[in-house]
Amino acid sequence: MTGLRRLSEGGRIDRHRPVRFEFNGKNYAAFSGDTIASALLANGESLTARSFKLHRPRGIISAGIEEPGTIVELLDGDASANQPATIVQATDGLRIKSVGCWPSPKLDFGGINQLFASMLPAAFYYKTFFWPSWRLYEPLIRRAAGRAFAPRCPPDGGRYEARNWHCDVLVAGAGPAGLMAALTAARSGSRVLLADQGMEAGGSLLDQIVEIGGNSAEEWVADTVAELSAMENVVHLQNSLVWAYREHNLILVCERDLHREGILERNWRVRAKRVVIATGSTERMLVFPDNDRPGIMLASAVRSYVNRFAVRPGTRAVVVTNNDSAYSAIRDMLSAGIEVAAVVDSRESVSETVSRGTGGIELLSGHEIARVFGRRRVRGVSVMPIEGRGEQHIDCDLVAVSGGWNPSVQLWSQSRGALRYDEALAAFVPGKAAQPAVCAGAAAGDFTLEEAFMGGARVGANIIGEPELAHGMKIPAVDQEPPYRIQPIWHARSASVRPHSFVDILNDVTLQDLHIAMREGFRSVELMKRYTTAGMGMDQGRTGNMAVISAIADASRKSPGDVGVTTFRSPTAPVSFGSIAGIREASVALPYRHTPVTEWNIEQDAVMYEAGARWRRPGYFPRPGETMQDAVNREARAVRESVGVYDGSPLGTFEIKGKDAPRFLDMLYTSSFSELAVGQGRYGLMLSDDGLILDDGVSFRLGKYRYLASTSTAHADAVYRHMTKFLAIERPNWEVWIADLTSQWANATICGPLARKTLSALGTDIDISRKGFPFMALREGTVAGFPARVARVSFTGEVSFEINVRPRDMKALWAAVMEAGREFGITPVGSETSHVLRVEKGFLSTGHEVDGTVDPFDLGMGWVMSRKKSDFIGKRSVFLRRKSGKPRRRLVGLLTLDARRVLPEGAPITNGGRKEPTEGFVTASVWSAVNERSVALALLEDGRDQLGAEVHIRLPDEVIAATVTSPCFHDPEGKLLRG
Amino acid sequence: MLEIECPFCGSRDEREFVYGGPAGPRRPDDPEGVSDTGWVDRLIVPENPLGPVLEHWWHLRGCGEWVTIRRDTQTHETNEARREQCR
Amino acid sequence: MQRYSIFSLARHALAGHRNWQRAWRSPPLKEKYEVIIVGAGGHGLATAYYLAKNHGVTDVAVLERGWLGGGNVARNTVTVRSNYLRDESIPFYVKSVKLFEGLTRELNFNLMYSKRGMVDIVQTYPKLRNLRRRMLAMDIFGSTYKPMTVSEIRRRIPALTGGGTDSRLPIIAGMLHPDAAVSRHDAVAWGYARAADGRGVSIHEHTEVKSLRRGSDGAINGVETSRGEVAAEKVALAVSGHTTTLTETAGLRLPLRTFNLTAFVSEPVKPVINMIVNCPDLGVYLSQSDKGELIVGGAPDPGQSFRRDIKQTVFEDSVCAMLELFPAFKRLKLLRQWGGHLDFAHDASPIMSTTDVPGLFVSAGWWGGYKAIPAGGLTLAHLVATGEPHPLMAPFTLNRFRNLEFISETGTTAVF
Repeated sequence: MTGLRRLSEGGRIDRHRPVRFEFNGKNYAAFSGDTIASALLANGESLTARSFKLHRPRGIISAGIEEPGTIVELLDGDASANQPATIVQATDGLRIKSVGCWPSPKLDFGGINQLFASMLPAAFYYKTFFWPSWRLYEPLIRRAAGRAFAPRCPPDGGRYEARNWHCDVLVAGAGPAGLMAALTAARSGSRVLLADQGMEAGGSLLDQIVEIGGNSAEEWVADTVAELSAMENVVHLQNSLVWAYREHNLILVCERDLHREGILERNWRVRAKRVVIATGSTERMLVFPDNDRPGIMLASAVRSYVNRFAVRPGTRAVVVTNNDSAYSAIRDMLSAGIEVAAVVDSRESVSETVSRGTGGIELLSGHEIARVFGRRRVRGVSVMPIEGRGEQHIDCDLVAVSGGWNPSVQLWSQSRGALRYDEALAAFVPGKAAQPAVCAGAAAGDFTLEEAFMGGARVGANIIGEPELAHGMKIPAVDQEPPYRIQPIWHARSASVRPHSFVDILNDVTLQDLHIAMREGFRSVELMKRYTTAGMGMDQGRTGNMAVISAIADASRKSPGDVGVTTFRSPTAPVSFGSIAGIREASVALPYRHTPVTEWNIEQDAVMYEAGARWRRPGYFPRPGETMQDAVNREARAVRESVGVYDGSPLGTFEIKGKDAPRFLDMLYTSSFSELAVGQGRYGLMLSDDGLILDDGVSFRLGKYRYLASTSTAHADAVYRHMTKFLAIERPNWEVWIADLTSQWANATICGPLARKTLSALGTDIDISRKGFPFMALREGTVAGFPARVARVSFTGEVSFEINVRPRDMKALWAAVMEAGREFGITPVGSETSHVLRVEKGFLSTGHEVDGTVDPFDLGMGWVMSRKKSDFIGKRSVFLRRKSGKPRRRLVGLLTLDARRVLPEGAPITNGGRKEPTEGFVTASVWSAVNERSVALALLEDGRDQLGAEVHIRLPDEVIAATVTSPCFHDPEGKLLRG
Repeated sequence: MLEIECPFCGSRDEREFVYGGPAGPRRPDDPEGVSDTGWVDRLIVPENPLGPVLEHWWHLRGCGEWVTIRRDTQTHETNEARREQCR
Repeated sequence: MQRYSIFSLARHALAGHRNWQRAWRSPPLKEKYEVIIVGAGGHGLATAYYLAKNHGVTDVAVLERGWLGGGNVARNTVTVRSNYLRDESIPFYVKSVKLFEGLTRELNFNLMYSKRGMVDIVQTYPKLRNLRRRMLAMDIFGSTYKPMTVSEIRRRIPALTGGGTDSRLPIIAGMLHPDAAVSRHDAVAWGYARAADGRGVSIHEHTEVKSLRRGSDGAINGVETSRGEVAAEKVALAVSGHTTTLTETAGLRLPLRTFNLTAFVSEPVKPVINMIVNCPDLGVYLSQSDKGELIVGGAPDPGQSFRRDIKQTVFEDSVCAMLELFPAFKRLKLLRQWGGHLDFAHDASPIMSTTDVPGLFVSAGWWGGYKAIPAGGLTLAHLVATGEPHPLMAPFTLNRFRNLEFISETGTTAVF
């Protein structure tokens, strides 16, 4: 037995598969196929939750995703916050608790808030909590709000994935219209993806007892699903929420609970040529005093519990409605043995075709609810005529409410399709499309089953451009239903008089709150939503939004169509961040780039870190007992006194060739490359056309029409983009080909006074004498037996050979370098030391010295601005900027008066060290081992005119004095690097 | 995520492309012949229409070519993709 | 203006809440005003308020196309801070933070201003250097920023379990900006609207300005609205995203492009983050609202857009970035996402300026303009009332572009 209220037969639960779950610490029995909500109802639980603000007792209100009453938190391995109890499957061992109450819904200490309810109207928090300060109140408010606790990490092995998909037709929703549309499109051979959020296909058919073509609806669904699954051109997903509709028909579908495949959720990114939106409709709540009491449910929910879950949610019911659909629910309630005490219909009359089969039940037409009795469970209601007086009391333990239906247009609206208010349906229905999408069935406002089948077939055929196919489809024969009629009376009169007539049950917003907001001038629907929070909850106000709109309409004497709806935003229902990210985590999200020497570096215990553009490089190579500074000093001295080696492979390398390559480089760089001799290289700055510095580097001429350009590591990708863009857009007719050779060449750069000896010991067929291989030249040959390109560039100020080899030879070359250099004390150096060496020389590092508006002249590099060329990218702007004659910040060196004091990089220079606007800042600052003192570079206003002057660096609690020098602290004549 | 019609590869996801900025008039051959204000305008005052804008995309994770599309800034409707690059 | 307090709330409760007055009036639209402000968003309403309060100019109409506060003030990530890099920027934002701190009392409207501090989670050394430079510059202008060790970060943000030493991008340090705060964004618009209205300013919702009108002398002489012509000799635009749409009706082109920027919130949960967390290396930032929702923002969409939109690629990048540092949020659910448009100047810094059209003032190019609302309103009011830029915004006029003198907040090489 799983509860007193379970019917002995019927329903789509499996009575042979009992399950047990825990709710608020208590064990409950259920069957496979139950939701938590149906199981709790079957066990006779009605008070299952507490409300958000007022902590009022709440029960289960719906049977689907629209649930505003009972929100639960899943624990342990299934952890998930804020799930509607109505969509959580009851599974064995599941542990759940209510949110927003302590210790339990039945004994909830927060319930005390109900005493102060009148002090807590809409937006009360804007009007109080000033004194003495909001900070005093905020922690309490924060703790009280927030509902569930955030779930922990998924269990080990719990993973997510993404799938990209293309199809001709995506059908959202596998109810009668969706199944029919999918079948029609699929039979023509179209690639169809059918996705539905339910555990099984059928949609509204699962909640009804109807005959289709003489058989049960279940059989029709099963046959249809079987036919679809047999087709290779169809993918059918259940338990899969279509959660977003983006531009260019990109649809996102979250497929859930794939435990069998070892994954938690899968996110489908579907590019659909066309989309059928068959997402059904949602029943609306009516607004009357205490319409949130446990035991008050949507009529459609009662129908679902009775038919699908074989549960009687009550024994004696009152049905409250303003439309025809409730009468079908009454017939199903009667069949399930629920006594229906009365039907309270706000309309003056109801046709007999509608009320057939409900004979004997008291029909109170032209009536509405005046009051509800019972706090923790409804005990009865009093009703009164809309025109007239006199309350009549009716005992009941269940109130089934139907306020009419809203087509589920969330997806349609996300597609930017227009919405139009349909007076006859008293609902917003799809209007003009903005993307190739069509609504079908109840989502289109076709509320009867026959309309849904026909609409599905028609839409399925039209959307693939073969309308005649619809005629070939067999439309299942169903009992004639009268057309849906509604007379929207949105709020009982009593609701305006009495408090606690809820329009948004989840967020505790009442009709009175709306009236206060309107009194205060918040009359547009968006302002109303924000001021009162109506419709802002996890249920997106599905059951109450029309009540809000109509309240505004009533007050401003407009039609709901003129008031309009608030924007529908993705997601259609909450989806996990894990599924959105898919497998993109760690090195999948941020792939490493590494060189052939990375492993060797790690073996040497180098300190490795991100060095820009995803490269992982060694920072320094500490020996046991060494601090970082010790290691850097040792490495720097090695380069200055003997020989060092570093791995320069991450530098960007591009081969540029073609007839127009010379003039292309002339345009690209500040320097002139067209008259460069073959085998020679030249330094250049690359500017953007607005005259800012993009990058710097040395380019070599390999042949008449061939160059090898190098870029900084961090900017290689951006430079590639800059080069290809200029070529494609501004010079499409130039014959230039650019090949990205970054990581096609790896390099070991040996540098220092003993570099030549080391290279010689390595063995090479290149003439490496000073004369035969001058500075800024490039030679090809072999080194240590490997084919190599050797370049004489220097980023350190010492003699330097950059030995470029194929990546596959790099490891061996590196080993050979270390072996050959052993007798000279060769030392591997990391990027920290490279930084020290280049600061000592005053060489530019774009990451440090280039600051927003700096130009080549500011850096003392006017010499790179070729005077021979009439134009290059950025030239016009550099000179235009200089026209203003404003003082400019220029690159200088700084020597602190206290030689041991190393300035913090970035420190501002101010007049006299006062807290005043800055005159410049320290761009780079290091301890220079060879100078045995600290040295720094800075950008300083008119700095070149201040050589020898004393400036002041302002730190938060200290002023440091320094002398301005030229920006070079080692071998200013540059003799060594040419040596 | 747009679907961009690459003239070389066909319809591809925006993920394969890198945005390359709005298409402007061709860069003058003689920048010195342009007035200061004309030069500044060309550089920093782009078209900003409520409607179709011509823009560059780089098919980096595809054929590597630059393509120019006309895209509506209000609807994302793209109705033209071409190799010619300037406005 | 009806004062709000716990006592007024109690009094109204006893009266069944029937006597609440309109927060702001809905006056008839006059034919002429001294000043027209286009856009009843944060900046427009603040400008109206300070025009009335500081300059005694009350014959002011604020014209709004849609509903009050429906632009970016309704669509941002509610962060207020002053950790900028440049001498030009820092004092302005320091002032704005200071004004924000007193605003709840000044406007008699609870903005739920919560000074909870922001932590920059640093994962690369170049970023650390950049932020330290900021720290030292900010100190000069009275804004605080201080280094934080990794263990201190983890102690203060227990949910931050990613970025460990074995991770792809280990956290190497943090920077704490204690002045940073979050506040209730809509309330800023409503609070200013109510206070401006109380000082005599007229706010007109659903009054779309179709075009700007110039007289024969070329000066502005009014606007054409969906409700007819309205005259004024001073018109100020505070219409983020649509600035060029309007100025072009007066034949004025500006160095602005409109982009879409998105944000999203999670389902509400109990407090998990008590600070604002910014991850500059990964390009995502988040905080938790008093309601319990995580508010997350990322990068703007590529390409100009007037469509309030969600670009799936950009959104996925933000989510991935967040999960790198907060893997526990994998099971947390996305509740709602939205876009907003903003206009972006060539140097990505704001523009507050007179224009070539006499009488026409613009405040545009705000990038993170929420935090700038109070000082932005204060300085625009000064510009409109006196014709001279306020000293705090003097560097941000259109003049800077004449010689390509950019104010670059990134402090790096040219932005590609």
